Amino acid sequence: MNLHEYQGKEILSSFGVRIQRGIVAQNANEAVNAAKQLTSETGTSWHVIKAQVHAGGRGKGGGVKLAKNLKEVEEIAGQIIGMNLITPQTSAEGKKVHQVLVAEDVYYPGESETDEFYMSVLLNRGTGRNMIMYSTEGGMDIETVAEETPHLIFTEEVDPTVGLLPFQARRVAFNLGLSGLAFKEMTKFVSALYKAYVESDSSLFEINPVLKTSDNKIMAVDAKVTIDDNALYRHKNYIDLRDVREESAIEVEAGELGLNYVDLDGNVGCMVNGAGLAMATMDLIKQAGGEPANFLDVGGTADAARVEAAFKIILKDPAVKAILINIFGGIVRCDRVAQGVIDAYKNMGNIEVPIIVRLQGTNADIAKELIDNSGLDVMSATEFQEAADKVQQVLA
Amino acid sequence: MSVLVNKNSKIIVQGFTGSEGTFHAGQMIEYGTNVVGGVTPGKGGQTHLDKPVFNTVLDAVNEVGADTTIIFVPPAFAADAIMEAADAGIKVIITITEGIPVADMITASNYIKGKNCRLIGPNCPGVITPEEAKVGIMPGFVFKKGKIGIVSKSGTLTYEAADQVVKQGLGITTAIGIGGDPIIGTTTKEAVELLINDPETEAVVMIGEIGGQLEADAANWYKDSGSKKPVVGFIAGETAPAGRTMGHAGAIVGGSDDTAQAKKKIMRACGIHVVDSPAEIGKKIAEVLG
Repeated sequence: MNLHEYQGKEILSSFGVRIQRGIVAQNANEAVNAAKQLTSETGTSWHVIKAQVHAGGRGKGGGVKLAKNLKEVEEIAGQIIGMNLITPQTSAEGKKVHQVLVAEDVYYPGESETDEFYMSVLLNRGTGRNMIMYSTEGGMDIETVAEETPHLIFTEEVDPTVGLLPFQARRVAFNLGLSGLAFKEMTKFVSALYKAYVESDSSLFEINPVLKTSDNKIMAVDAKVTIDDNALYRHKNYIDLRDVREESAIEVEAGELGLNYVDLDGNVGCMVNGAGLAMATMDLIKQAGGEPANFLDVGGTADAARVEAAFKIILKDPAVKAILINIFGGIVRCDRVAQGVIDAYKNMGNIEVPIIVRLQGTNADIAKELIDNSGLDVMSATEFQEAADKVQQVLA
Repeated sequence: MSVLVNKNSKIIVQGFTGSEGTFHAGQMIEYGTNVVGGVTPGKGGQTHLDKPVFNTVLDAVNEVGADTTIIFVPPAFAADAIMEAADAGIKVIITITEGIPVADMITASNYIKGKNCRLIGPNCPGVITPEEAKVGIMPGFVFKKGKIGIVSKSGTLTYEAADQVVKQGLGITTAIGIGGDPIIGTTTKEAVELLINDPETEAVVMIGEIGGQLEADAANWYKDSGSKKPVVGFIAGETAPAGRTMGHAGAIVGGSDDTAQAKKKIMRACGIHVVDSPAEIGKKIAEVLG
């Protein structure tokens, strides 16, 4: 589950990680009140207005702006809320902004220069351990840093038996070139950040930038936080943090029906049991000259109700020119799935795109007979290649 | 021969009396698998599916000599079940459970390191050695005995591959479903290595998907091994968008090196016969065997 910056920062702060403080606002008026409150609490005179959407690169799209007085706060918040923010990580239409974070200005002048770093905490899948990845090159796209100056990226892997050790936190601070107060602050920051990651059951923290202020404080200016969905059962207080406005409406609807669905841009819909076979079916559609319109794993029980739900979801996409159903019946019998397809088709009444049903495995022969004798405009196949050929045929 | 499981394996089922455990244990027994009992804490001393139920894995090891386990325990308790099995001296731990928190798997995989056991999964269909032992949830009839080893991250795609292999008049030594989670006990490389070193296995089908480095590691190992046994490979997810999880928790393109295209390129460079279409796995294996 992905969180907004302001939500991620709240979690960090609850574990003692210093953050750039801010207050979330739903409209320009709330933004002005937030700015006033922040000034009284932090003494900040300038404010940063930040669009809250689930996408990186917000600054590049005009979603992060500095306001030097309350009038500017009102103007900028008014501009950003309601805009379709286009960033390198969004689609071409962008993402609608529903709220902004009004944050304190932390780049104030002082005894030393400010400095920006990059830091993330994530799983190293190769070793099965968590690691802290960090770089002196803060505020930049880390993929670019990895490509152009890989020697400026450091990692610190954590032994799960003992957790992050003090020497590792010191090593991070040394590698970032810090000394004095900033050094001590960084070791505290790293330790608190790792603790927050583990105790919140997160699967990704990305803090870019981590800022050294002109008075040598270390703080998170941004926060990208992803919580491990499988661990949400032990963090009931996080469940409400989900913002479905940030997700594709059709995917949310499919999820409520118990279907694992990912919306794609192609012209051939598909309905498959099992994630691996579903991806393979998408690839097959491409091989056959089409483009997959979705990923859809109907799971183990492909009965009439689920098939019908899946049909409805797929057919919401007007770009769909054909549907390929690919079920490998193991425990689930193909004849039952075939009956499910027939019943769903009859219930729906007016499916106008060609449907290819490929059923393989337990009782595949009976299933093919059922489909062929149903009188419905449905093509049946038993072999994978045969299904591909039929997709090609209907697209031609 | 075969790898991991055979007719002599003494298999227990953790989560034996639950609905999943009951159904699949029944199917395994029907297949002829040597299920010697099961574990459900608090139900020790009872009999289920005509087999003894134990309170702990250690009891099962001591009383019926269990050496292999299959775990159907719900996600919140599955990592504990894995560690209990490892502690009791079980050699092969096959974990079917899907949805175990990553943090729990970090703990479990760290705990079992250095213990004399092998974890398969989690989030996998299990392992089958045809005509000997089905320790998983796969449809047994699809897998006929033969000389091809199969390694795969996915369930139904494994069945698809096995079906294609069998339709070419070939059969399977052992099929290993390694699982689709970010942390799994046995990697693609380790599973391929087991099969390449199995004297009865003459060729291997290796099926991967987007995300992670497991297939690249396996390909590099295969090249360095100098093995003459052919490997046919397929990577699912060429059409998957970056940054999206495709069903399996581990199936997500994170960068430029874990796309299907990048993996296939490395595999080809290492001498693996890669097919672009999932419909050509069986044909290709027949072709490379001549």
